[in-house]
Amino acid sequence: MKKQHYYVPVAAAVLTAALLLSGCNSGDKTANTYNSSGAEAGTTTEAAANEGNAAAANDSEFTAAVEQYRAYVIQECDAFVTETEKFVNAVNGGDIETAKSLYAPSRMHYERIEPIAEALGDLDPNIDARDGDVEASEWRGFHRLEKALWEDKTTEGQQEFADRLLSDAKLLRAKVETVEIDASLLVTGAVELLNEVSTSKVTGEEERYSRTDLYDFAANLEGAKKIYELLQPNLAEKDENLDKQIADRFTALEAELAPFKEGEGYVSYDKLQDSDVRNLSQNLDALAEPLSQMGKLLGV
Amino acid sequence: MEDLNTADSLLNKRLSRREMLKIAGVGGIGLLLGGGGAYGALAVKETLAKNSAPSKGDASGSRVGFYGEHQAGIITPAQHFLSFASFDLTTSSLADVRQLFQSWTEAAAAMTSGDLIGNSNNNLNLPPSDTGETAGLSPSKLTITFGVGPSFFDNRFGLAGKRPTTFGELPKFRGDALQTEWCGGDIGVQVCADDLQVAFHAVRNLARIARGTAVLRWMQDGFQRTGPADPSNGTPRNLMGFKDGTGNPDIADAQAMKEIVWAGSGDGAAWMKGGSYLVARRIRMRIEIWDRSTLDDQERTFGRHRDTGAPLGMRDEFAPLDLNAKNTAGEPALPMNSHSRLAHMDGATKILRRAYSYTGGMDAKTGQLDAGLFFISYQRDIQKQFIPMQQILAASDKLNEYIVHVGSAAFACFPGTRPGGYIGETLF
Repeated sequence: MKKQHYYVPVAAAVLTAALLLSGCNSGDKTANTYNSSGAEAGTTTEAAANEGNAAAANDSEFTAAVEQYRAYVIQECDAFVTETEKFVNAVNGGDIETAKSLYAPSRMHYERIEPIAEALGDLDPNIDARDGDVEASEWRGFHRLEKALWEDKTTEGQQEFADRLLSDAKLLRAKVETVEIDASLLVTGAVELLNEVSTSKVTGEEERYSRTDLYDFAANLEGAKKIYELLQPNLAEKDENLDKQIADRFTALEAELAPFKEGEGYVSYDKLQDSDVRNLSQNLDALAEPLSQMGKLLGV
Repeated sequence: MEDLNTADSLLNKRLSRREMLKIAGVGGIGLLLGGGGAYGALAVKETLAKNSAPSKGDASGSRVGFYGEHQAGIITPAQHFLSFASFDLTTSSLADVRQLFQSWTEAAAAMTSGDLIGNSNNNLNLPPSDTGETAGLSPSKLTITFGVGPSFFDNRFGLAGKRPTTFGELPKFRGDALQTEWCGGDIGVQVCADDLQVAFHAVRNLARIARGTAVLRWMQDGFQRTGPADPSNGTPRNLMGFKDGTGNPDIADAQAMKEIVWAGSGDGAAWMKGGSYLVARRIRMRIEIWDRSTLDDQERTFGRHRDTGAPLGMRDEFAPLDLNAKNTAGEPALPMNSHSRLAHMDGATKILRRAYSYTGGMDAKTGQLDAGLFFISYQRDIQKQFIPMQQILAASDKLNEYIVHVGSAAFACFPGTRPGGYIGETLF
């Protein structure tokens, strides 16, 4: 969760415009449709037209990957609701230690599919905003409870936030059925997941009270890898070298992360040396660079 | 400057300000433009075309050829800005290293020609292959010079036996206060250009290309006064206010360059023939202390007059150092521990200096300025040239009161290459 994410609704609008046009090949008409929908005009119009052209070109090729990804998203969403409910019950029952132990694992289901949640308007800030990301009066979600558990060391007065978190999680599960997924969203989603790691997880800014950043790191990485695996057959056919490079660098980054596993989870971010952070960050960039070339699949 | 800007626009910006100023030094820009601007501008263009090497798509001479017997950026007249990058290899495969240098060579050839890197700069589904901040800019005399450090010759790539016999880690010099984060590196890349954005773009794109194969270890920008600030193109001054580089050998003297700069096949390794050995030192100046030293103290530190750059007691900047000269008190005119006297090495040992000033902004710990000299020198043999000189300076130089060496690296810079070849091919 970071501030830059608030442009996402616009991106979603662009995507919608592209979908509206999936049966139409004219770039000009794309632009017109986009304008008439009442969204921002100007430079984004051109982008919408281009997205329309790009997406229209290759939908059928990726049907299987898109359907499998949808199933993955729904599966993670189901698990997210189940695990969040356990976490919320612990908070509401005043069981701080149990709540702490459930906090990071339940979030992982969310972190694996974060770009999807971000495409659904306000849900991401409601679930995942950090202190300062939103107006203080609107701050709720996981990180509010994180602060109560680790910093204030109490669950007193948190029932309101716990209950809303669960209802937001259920709302996400309901809305996720409506998200339009296409190959372009997969490609950009995979890179976005790694960008998430790069901007807040590897720097230890995401989990400022619990220091459980590496859980999010691992989950974002798993989410990106899932997308890569679904697109891999197409990629291997189109650009064998790129495919191999991406596979190798997933392996390399996973190997760098492995020493920090502890039991079912990960060590505290505080255990990382500066050199560990730099190493993880550089390996992440090494993976994200070729991963960002997966757009080759979508044609020119 | 008004007139010069007008002249620039008349020429459609195909002539850099600096070249315009050079012309101005000869004929006077007002005169050229006075008799009909456009005609005058054309005349300037023709004059320049005769004087500068032919270059593709750039009539102003702002392109320095990438290919040749030697790498560019060594005896190329120092551009205004430096962006130096040290990389560590993260691969242990020599094939990956070869691929990296092939990709870097291709990118460097494009960038120094003023072209965008790669062929996917217009595909909406992909990140552009060039990061784009130099689109439409002239090459700005961009040069990119590559070398490898002593650590490259450990056991990772099976090239330990190829390490030049004269090339290793620099010894510790007296007073060194080296910080690991400013030292060493498997690969050194010196980027110079007359525009800092052009220079930074090169380092950024090389680092991007290297992702997964090599990572940045440290990076330092440097600067000198720019051409427009010094139309006479005099010796640049360092941040202590003194002219720096007066005693440098003449880069136009091919014989001197052969003797001082270019490695022969007998200088350490056959693959270095036509290359040169680079030493880089990040030398922090104790700016605040220097600023409260008297002019007399400052001049006796350097052994030169601040104003003219001439040796103490002389008037001409380029007057030869007279080590026997005495002042009116009967003492050596050039104090025995003065910097220029010691660096002179009795005229026997020479190096080619290519230093830039640097600043890292403010030192957060002390609130003092983090600034100084990013010293670079090129030589045929570091052991015979740089090391003896630095040992003497480290032991006795009065300048040591005001400076501290915090970074250090050495790189064996490859010979040049031809179109179709790549930098490093003689080694890999």
